[in-house]
Amino acid sequence: MSDPAGGARTGQPTPAGPAGVSALAAVAAADRAEIGRAAGALGAARAARRARRRWLIGLLCAAIAVAFAGSLLFGQTAYSPATVVRVLLGQDAGEATFAVGRLRLPRAVVGVLTGFCFGLGGAAFQTMLRNPLASPDIIGISAGASTAGAFGIIVLSLGAAEVSVFAIAAGLLVALAIYLLSYRGGVVGTRLILIGIGVGAMLNSLTGYVLSQADQWDLPEANRWLTGSLNNAQWQQALPVAVALVVLAPVLLGQSRNLAVSQLGDEAAAGLGVNVTRTRLIVVVAAVGLVAFGTAAAGPIAFVAFLSGPIVARLLGPHSSPLLPAGLVGALLVLLADFAGQHLLGLRLPVGVVTGVLGAPYLIYLIVRSNRTGGGL
Amino acid sequence: MNRQGPATAVTAPVSASASAAPPARRRAARLRILWLLLLVALVLALVVLSLRLGSRDVSWSDVFAVLTGPPEGFDQASIARRIPRTVLALLAGAALAVSGAVMQGVTRNPLADPGILGVNMGASLAVVIGIAFFGLSTADGYIWFALVGASVVAVLVYSIGSLGRGGATPLKLALAGAATAAALSSLVSAIVLPRANIAGGVQAWQLGGVGGGTYPNIRTVLPFLVVGFVICLLTARGLNSLALGDELAAGLGERVAVTRAVAALGAVLLCAAVTAIAGPIGFVGLVVPHACRLLTGVDHRWLLPFSALGGAALLTLADVVGRVVTPPAEIEVSIITALIGAPLFIAIVRRRKVTAL
Repeated sequence: MSDPAGGARTGQPTPAGPAGVSALAAVAAADRAEIGRAAGALGAARAARRARRRWLIGLLCAAIAVAFAGSLLFGQTAYSPATVVRVLLGQDAGEATFAVGRLRLPRAVVGVLTGFCFGLGGAAFQTMLRNPLASPDIIGISAGASTAGAFGIIVLSLGAAEVSVFAIAAGLLVALAIYLLSYRGGVVGTRLILIGIGVGAMLNSLTGYVLSQADQWDLPEANRWLTGSLNNAQWQQALPVAVALVVLAPVLLGQSRNLAVSQLGDEAAAGLGVNVTRTRLIVVVAAVGLVAFGTAAAGPIAFVAFLSGPIVARLLGPHSSPLLPAGLVGALLVLLADFAGQHLLGLRLPVGVVTGVLGAPYLIYLIVRSNRTGGGL
Repeated sequence: MNRQGPATAVTAPVSASASAAPPARRRAARLRILWLLLLVALVLALVVLSLRLGSRDVSWSDVFAVLTGPPEGFDQASIARRIPRTVLALLAGAALAVSGAVMQGVTRNPLADPGILGVNMGASLAVVIGIAFFGLSTADGYIWFALVGASVVAVLVYSIGSLGRGGATPLKLALAGAATAAALSSLVSAIVLPRANIAGGVQAWQLGGVGGGTYPNIRTVLPFLVVGFVICLLTARGLNSLALGDELAAGLGERVAVTRAVAALGAVLLCAAVTAIAGPIGFVGLVVPHACRLLTGVDHRWLLPFSALGGAALLTLADVVGRVVTPPAEIEVSIITALIGAPLFIAIVRRRKVTAL
């Protein structure tokens, strides 16, 4: 703003008289123009952000499709795309029918679904608690689900379906317990995170105890509940996760505006007509449900819930809801990490170990960076 | 009170409070000594219990026979085997509790604990690396790896937690510790899972127990423990100054950075040495100093000896309970301490004002 009216506006009160009146009119006109320009700039920025978001979502979907196709095509034996398509269409394709249809396809599907659950649930928690470190795998909710899973397998000798139900119930119970324990005339994010860490530490040592009671043949299955793995992924595990996603993901995504408003702080959000407590409750239940279903299907795949939100925040900036892209990033992370663990390293590591090891440096970078800027995603 | 006569009447309030302080302080000191004696008695009682109770039922006369002479027969032999694990429980408990108290003093953070800050996990990872890549299998090999791992992670977590505004707040430290521990435990799995031959041993060691305590193991780490205890006790006065805040401590002539580094070194020595032979045991360093502060107040010169005794008592108790609950199987001490410690952690978090967090 280099026009003289701008100077007059910030200067002394204009003297009375015709000259003053015309000056005032000029000021008002300049103000209107400026407001118009600012609004235009704001609108343009918002449109640019929307476009960027659409681009990112499109790119992520494409990347997931490529990774998905790759995990169907490649493995111990690589099949031609034509063979894979025939398997997908239900035609007989010899040995590929088993390898692709029974092993690779369910594995990739469970990977995408659980990754989406973790990414979405984790980003919802991080957004709600306004802290990138407050993801379900750090505040003990995944730990609750995996303790219950290990307990169900080893001590109660439950089947896969019962173990899932058990793990989900435990995840919700632990979340409820953490919420109630941190309730003291309202729930404050920092207190909830710290109590979650304490609860998680206790649950992890319980899991350790349960594992020490395991028979030798239960150990691989039970270890899945510690690190997360897609090794035994079958259709029966994909179904509950898919149902959970269809039911819970729209609920969570529907709350993304309220969630963004409640980021402004409780008072401001209440002033803008958002019921913070209700929003929080819906988000917690939906996010815990997603994470627990994901954990029931593939174990607590380390750091996926934790990493997806911050990655999206890096790509999109802070003014855009991270929920949907975070789910996509989670799915992509799980697919890529599982593929790397299976075929690239020559060790056949479970996916949770790969994400854990790859996540560590990023995690440290993130803690350093979020500390420097004083928190926030 | 008025022995000094009327000439000093003007300064009476000052001198009255100055001369009233010693009796009060003496009374407090007497109370503390009483508590200290009670704690010693408690530890002794627990030691006797630890020798008496276990999967094999023995008589009191056998216990005293073992304490006074060489063991004879099955019963006495099994009591004799309980001696090293009792010694290890005493030493490990004392070391972890003192380590926790010093870490809380150094970071001025009520939630500091070798387990919460991930220091135990650093020692674990280093030991697992030693087992997998360097073929370690004995405590004298573990100890050096554990020391390096614990020190590196302690420095790392503290630097991560203290970056940015506000320095090392409890929240940032606890988060940095928990997150680092999670990352390290993935690394441990990445190393262990492809190597089925070491998985069983690593898992047993990782659970944390004093059941494997033997005299050679204890002898190996004893020098480290002694040095650690001495360093920690020598820095007690410095820790008292640090509690006043860095500026005030520096004003009192304390070299803040040196005191902090030396005290942290002592704390890391203690917890790394324990982790090397007993595996990661959490929450002792958190629970015991807080309980002891209720008895002694905040003076580290009292707090550290109290913590040592309290830690020894707690870990011995945890070991006895773990042996008695599900005979003939045992529950490792680390699980018992987590079950006792986590509720207390939550209570501390709840009690403190969130603004202070």
